[in-house]
Amino acid sequence: MKKALKYAYIGLMLFFLYAPIMVLVVFSFNESRSRVRWTGFTFDWYRELFNNPRIADALTTTLIVGILSTVFAVIIGTMAAIAIHRLRSTRKKLDTVQEKTLLGFTRLSMSSPEIILGVSLMVSFVFFINTFRLREIGFNMGFQTLLLSHIAFNVPYVVMSVLPRLSRIDERIYEAAMDLGASPFTAFRKTMLPQLKPGIISAAMIAFTLSIDDVVVSTFTAGATTNLSILIFSQARRGVNPSINALSTIMFIVVMFLLYVINAIDKKTKKNVQDDNNEGVLEI
Amino acid sequence: MKTFKKTTALLPRNKTQAFCYGLIVCIMAMIFTLIFTGCGNSETSREDGQTTIIVRNWNDYIHPDVIGLFEAEYPHIRVDYAYFVDNESLHTVLSRGAAEFDLVFPSDYMIERMISEEMLNRINWDNIPNVSYLGERFRGLQYDPDDLYSVPYMWGTFGILYNPQMLEDLGFDFENETVDSWEILWDERFSQNIFMYDIARESFVVALQRLGYSANSTDISELERARDSLIEQRPLVQAYVATDGMNKMIAEEGAMAAIYNGYAIWAIQYNPDLRFTVPKEGGMQWYDSMVIPNTSRNQAETETFINFLLRPDIARMNAEFTRYSVSNMSAFELLSDDKRNDPVYWPSEDVLANAETLSHLGEFVATFDNFWTQVLAS
Repeated sequence: MKKALKYAYIGLMLFFLYAPIMVLVVFSFNESRSRVRWTGFTFDWYRELFNNPRIADALTTTLIVGILSTVFAVIIGTMAAIAIHRLRSTRKKLDTVQEKTLLGFTRLSMSSPEIILGVSLMVSFVFFINTFRLREIGFNMGFQTLLLSHIAFNVPYVVMSVLPRLSRIDERIYEAAMDLGASPFTAFRKTMLPQLKPGIISAAMIAFTLSIDDVVVSTFTAGATTNLSILIFSQARRGVNPSINALSTIMFIVVMFLLYVINAIDKKTKKNVQDDNNEGVLEI
Repeated sequence: MKTFKKTTALLPRNKTQAFCYGLIVCIMAMIFTLIFTGCGNSETSREDGQTTIIVRNWNDYIHPDVIGLFEAEYPHIRVDYAYFVDNESLHTVLSRGAAEFDLVFPSDYMIERMISEEMLNRINWDNIPNVSYLGERFRGLQYDPDDLYSVPYMWGTFGILYNPQMLEDLGFDFENETVDSWEILWDERFSQNIFMYDIARESFVVALQRLGYSANSTDISELERARDSLIEQRPLVQAYVATDGMNKMIAEEGAMAAIYNGYAIWAIQYNPDLRFTVPKEGGMQWYDSMVIPNTSRNQAETETFINFLLRPDIARMNAEFTRYSVSNMSAFELLSDDKRNDPVYWPSEDVLANAETLSHLGEFVATFDNFWTQVLAS
């Protein structure tokens, strides 16, 4: 009985999560534009999707910005997290007030409304471009500012995701590595990085998702560039074009496939590790 | 307060560390140069004699082939065509100089605002001979009375979309009553069958006109009464919607919606039982027009493009694709008889003489938003 309830609950939850996506998938094959009336089966929207250069452009921009901003945010954010951690734990350089202030500033852009972030980024970009005449060296509102602002709002999430991991790390392993003659970088790479890996991976996933999702900040900082979220949002006035349903369907399937592959690889490596009896602190 | 004493902590202590620092700096420098210069693709390129004009329009507001036709005919002009999200964000981006668009298609009240804030270039009509195709009544519109800044593109009305069968089932007597007034949206017989538009100005058009006031009223007591009547109406309303109103009416989830005629045309296509009317209190007419922001650096080329869009065959393609009413009379003559005689698509002169155009109310917009929040929170 208990078990049945459990399954029913999980089933209900999955239904809530996936029913809208299923509707979207089904209506990507609908002949008419309507979102409510089924008129017949067609692949037209998929054809239109591949023939529409604007959707392709927007998708490319979104993916490039997503990947690049994730990479940069992870690098910058991890470095910042380590620095904050060092300051507060190892070297005892910060008192409570300073620590709270530092973390507060890091969280500030996470907790402030997106529109404020978007407009303030836009205003500062324009200010810098005008003051330093960046236009002459080809820096203008566009892809560059879009990428920079995505990095900007992603960094705090990386910091917040890596920081808790750091406090669980045994600092002495790193010191031992140094004692045994490893250079600081090697010591970091061999001892800290493997332990931080789960935090970094989840940070990267959050960052990538946020970047792909973002409409508001993009609207203000994209200049003449268009990404997918702006494109979809601009359809609000006329009702979303079903070729966007088609695109979402493809993306959904690709992500499902990727997740499956990642999990399969993960399972395999874990198994290997256990076989080798090599399971240590470093393997997570 | 403690200070950071060991500033030397950041200096490299050995060769490996120095190398790492160097590497990081190099990578950063490389990437940033790449971003700064390599991807500067939005720049206007004049090397091969080509000029790029940046056009931002509403989504689905042009026939997909038109850009290609234009570029084939004028090989020296490339059109960077994409979409903007709404009037307000377009205004924010343009007014801050955060984008250099050459041609945008905002709505009437926003054009009025942009003109008052000196954000637009005057149009050089010498470059646009096809302006002669524009209908006489689309000249000298309220928001640009001297035709200095804007070229009308599409237009339409705002009224009531209703489902006669459902109304009859709910007790509406079509023999003695007609749907011709906003009053019907306050009729208790149709409780929970009414959709209102979920934007402040549009909803206040309905409420203000029902009470006999102007949709552009800035009289605070009139606005308060309109707000109270919207609060009174609230229990009858099934939902406040925008585009969704169209889908909900197609699916017969409700019997009536205050909606734009563009949506009504789509809805009627999928559900031919639906009817649309502009109420006798006036209703609203709207215009989306082409304007050149003062950040544009390619005005002459942009005007060539405007001229191309005004060509009757091109304007007809756009009108048939978007299904919105066209401001180009020669294109109108080319449309099918069904279209030209459809009162939803082409309202009579009487309707238009009566319908109000929204004007920009400056600081007063905040009052509308404020009151609208009070309605939704009631």
